[in-house]
Order: sequence, then C-alpha cells, then structure tokens
Amino acid sequence: MKRKKWPFIYVGIVTVITYIPIILTVIYSFNESKISSVWEGFSLKWYAELFRDRDIKEALLNSLILALLSCILAVFIGTSGALGMYRRKNRANDAVAYVSMIPIMIPEIILGMVFLSVFSLMGLPFGMVTLVIAHTTFCVPYIFSMVKARLVGMDQSLEEAALDLGASPVRVFFDVTLPLIVPAILSGVMLAFAMSFDDVVISIFVTGPTVNTLPVKIYTKLKTGVTPEINALATLMLVAIILLLIGASAVSRIGLKKGSGEVKEMSVKD
Amino acid sequence: MKRSKSNWLLLLPMYVFTILFVALPILYMFLLSFLSRAKVWGVDFTFTLDNYIRILEPLYLDTFWESIKLALLSTGVIVLIGYPYGYFMARMNAVWKRRMLLLIMIPFWTSALIRLYGWIIVFRSNGVLDKLLMGLHITEEPLKLLYTYPAVVVGMVYSLLPFMILAVYSSAEKLDFTLVEASRDLGASALKAFWTVSFKLTLPGLLSGVILTFIPSMGLFFIADILGGNKIVLVGSIIQEQMTKGRNLPFAAALAAVLMILTTLMLRLYKKLTGTSELEGLM
Repeated sequence: MKRKKWPFIYVGIVTVITYIPIILTVIYSFNESKISSVWEGFSLKWYAELFRDRDIKEALLNSLILALLSCILAVFIGTSGALGMYRRKNRANDAVAYVSMIPIMIPEIILGMVFLSVFSLMGLPFGMVTLVIAHTTFCVPYIFSMVKARLVGMDQSLEEAALDLGASPVRVFFDVTLPLIVPAILSGVMLAFAMSFDDVVISIFVTGPTVNTLPVKIYTKLKTGVTPEINALATLMLVAIILLLIGASAVSRIGLKKGSGEVKEMSVKD
Repeated sequence: MKRSKSNWLLLLPMYVFTILFVALPILYMFLLSFLSRAKVWGVDFTFTLDNYIRILEPLYLDTFWESIKLALLSTGVIVLIGYPYGYFMARMNAVWKRRMLLLIMIPFWTSALIRLYGWIIVFRSNGVLDKLLMGLHITEEPLKLLYTYPAVVVGMVYSLLPFMILAVYSSAEKLDFTLVEASRDLGASALKAFWTVSFKLTLPGLLSGVILTFIPSMGLFFIADILGGNKIVLVGSIIQEQMTKGRNLPFAAALAAVLMILTTLMLRLYKKLTGTSELEGLM
C-alpha cells in the first residue's frame, strides 16, 4: 500500500505545538530578566536561586517520599489483592475490585473533599500520614489492575507443573508466579508514581501546615506571582525525565535486540 | 489445593483498605451532604435537605452548567485533535510508534502545573504569542489572552490530550487494517471504508478517551485558577472554596455528591455503549 505523507505532517505539527510551552520554559529559565516576556541575556541566576531555596528542596524530598511510600503500600495491597482475586470470581470480590477503582474514575476534587472531611472526623493530624493514605487509594487501582490482567493472561499450567514436580506453594510463588508478574508490577508502579508525584488537587486538601509537596509548592508560587525559578525547576525535571525515559527505552531495546538475535540464529539453524 | 485456605490472607489488605479508606469515606460524603453546618466550626448532626436545595439556586446551577459546557467544549476539541493523532500513530511502523509514545510520555510525566506555566509565558500580555502576532502584523495590539476563557480551554485541552491519544491509539493498534483494505477492494470509497470499518472498531477507544477527558475536566479547578484568574468559576472551584474559605463541609459534600452522580451516570452510559466497564488506554 502506498503511504501518504499528510498523516505524518499532522502528527508532527500537533507534537511540535505541544512542545512549544515546554521549550519556552527551558529557554526562559536562562533569562536574566524577571519578566518573562523580555529577553535580557543568558544567565544561570534562577538556577542559583533554586538551589538556595530550602522550601523547594524540602518539598521535592517530601514528594519523593510520599510517592515512594504510597507505591510500596499500593504494591503490597494491589498485588496481594490481585493474587487472591484472579481465580475466584464472586460477588464480594467483584464489589471490592469495583470500589477500589473508584478513586481513579471520579474527579480528583471529590476524593480531596472526601478525605479532608473524613480525616478531620477521625482527628488524624494532617501531614505525611494523611497524604500517604490518600495517595495510596489512587495508586492501588493502577497496580491491582495491571497485575490482575497479567495473572489472567498467564499460562496456568506453569504453576501446576511446578506444583506437580513437588515445589511447595511458597516456592511456586517465588520461582514461577512472581517473576511473571514483576513486569506488570513495575509498569503499575511507574504510572502510580507519576500520578502521586504530580498530584495537586488531592494533596492540597490533605496536606498539613508543615508538610508541602512539590506540586502544592509550585501551585502556591504560581498563584502568588511571576517566579522564574519555576522555569529552572521545570527544566531540571524535564532533563531528569528525559534521561529516565531514554534509559528505560534503551534497556528495553537492548532486550529486544537480544531476543530478535536469538530468533534469527534459530531460524538460520532450521 | 492448599491455596484456598490462605487465600483470605491475600485478600485481607485489599478488603480492609478499600472498605476503610474508599467505601466508608464516600458513604460519609453522602451522609455529610444531608447534614448542616455547625454555627462556628464543623458539622451539626441534624438531617436536612438544605444543601441540595441550595444547589438549585441560580448561582450554583449556573456553575454546574458552566462546568459542563467547558468540559464539553474541551472534550470536543480534544476529540478533534486527539482522534486523528492516535489513529495515525497506530498506522506508523514500530520504530516510529515507540518514538511517538516517548514524545507523548515526556510532557505527560513532567508536572501538569509546570506545563501550564509554559502557557502563561505564551499568553501573557506582550508575551510570546502577542509578540508573534504583532510581529507578523496580524494584530496591532496585545490580545491579553491570559485570564480569559480561551486560555482555560487551551489549558484543559493541553493537559488532557494525552489521555485521548493513548486511548484511541490502543484501540486503533488492535484494529486489523487488512479489513479496511478488504472493504476498499470490494469497492468502498476511502471515506466509507473508514466510517464503516475503522471508525466502528475504534469507537471503544474514542468513547474511553471521552470519559477519561470529560470526567477529570469537571474537577480540575487549578487550570481555571492559573490560566483563568478568578473569572472562570467551576464546580471544582466552588467545592474547594466551600472547603477552605467557606468552611461549609456539608454543602461541599452535596456539590461533590452531585458531581459523583453525574460521573457515575457517564460511566454507566459508557458501559451500555461498549459492553465493558474497562476503559481503553487507561493503563
């Protein structure tokens, strides 16, 4: 079939437009001027200011801890839940699975509102604990559904074979089941981590006066006025993410190449 | 099998956590919406329908209508941009698919707020867009687009577009394009082939994308806040205001309850149309 050019052009144009604000942020992070519409020459002073800003550093650390703790809890809850549920379809399990998905199905503001009122009813002090509970609720669905989908698609005879060959159920879990679901857990964690690290709406409601997460900090900064520091922060985050993603795709590409190489060798032999 | 005995142990954390921190809090929200606000601070445990009656006041009803309108408009624009994008992407070769996915994921992973900040630079009075348009002599004066309705729509579209693209892409990727070719060989025009084969088969992805963009857009108060100033008030903004400044938890709960019911109705509709409750491209 002949390939048309215009779909590529369309995709290209849209992609370029989506990158305009990002590129501008990077350019203006090196701007000497405080007013971002004027270019007054190259400068690194906003980076220097950023590194001096203790609040930002603390907020970044808080966000990382929060995302990490929520993911760990969600992996524990979601993975064990998926393992317990995937073979037994009954009403109670279906109901719990459905309810557990609600946090990612409804507008975030509802969840924020709900947690603020429940935590104040319970008398929990607002801070890291309330943040972790709230974030875990929307991290669980990503991990649970990823792992469940993997388990449902898994070849059951693998586990049965191991059991028949005399492995204990615990051994079967660690030697057969777990290696098969680790990729699903990891991709669930990647999504959950990103969602937690980026969350503003829910965090604003459940954070305490002493704990700030990075998005909440950025939000208050954006509301109070022009802060070119944010440009510098955005640029650094962007660099970190690009490096991470390129790293991840390089790793998977090496894996792919290895795999296809083996296939080629085999077909040559045939 | 031995597993069944220890199975409840596996289920326990999921059950306890879901009931304690998802089911009960949501039930509490509905209960709260029927209570009244205490004189000074907190909640008075007497039953009332006042909160729901208050929502019917023109001020709040208008806000709901405005939010739905904005969500519809944003979702419409997202469909127009995102559907062809996701569809074309699915037709690229494996190398380009991976590159495009990477290009979509990069902005998706950078903070939503920071991406919005980029638009402030674009829209600000005498900002990049004004300079460009005035430089090209398309406009003579700054447009002052920041803190206007169009700026909020751009912000919404921009923040939620990846969800639509990924939903359509994952649906179109499964589409067997030989079916399209077959219908062409049998004499269907390109448009007819697209409409009867491709569109029908990618509809679940499109609908899923609509759900994934429409629902969040009703609650994303910070976009209206940052790009719209305080001129554009959405349901989300009122809930937030009632929670923080107003300190009227029961009324906020009633607003959230109505929003939740709207959301549930939409999800029901989606299930009816597609026959599944699983959203395409969510993961």
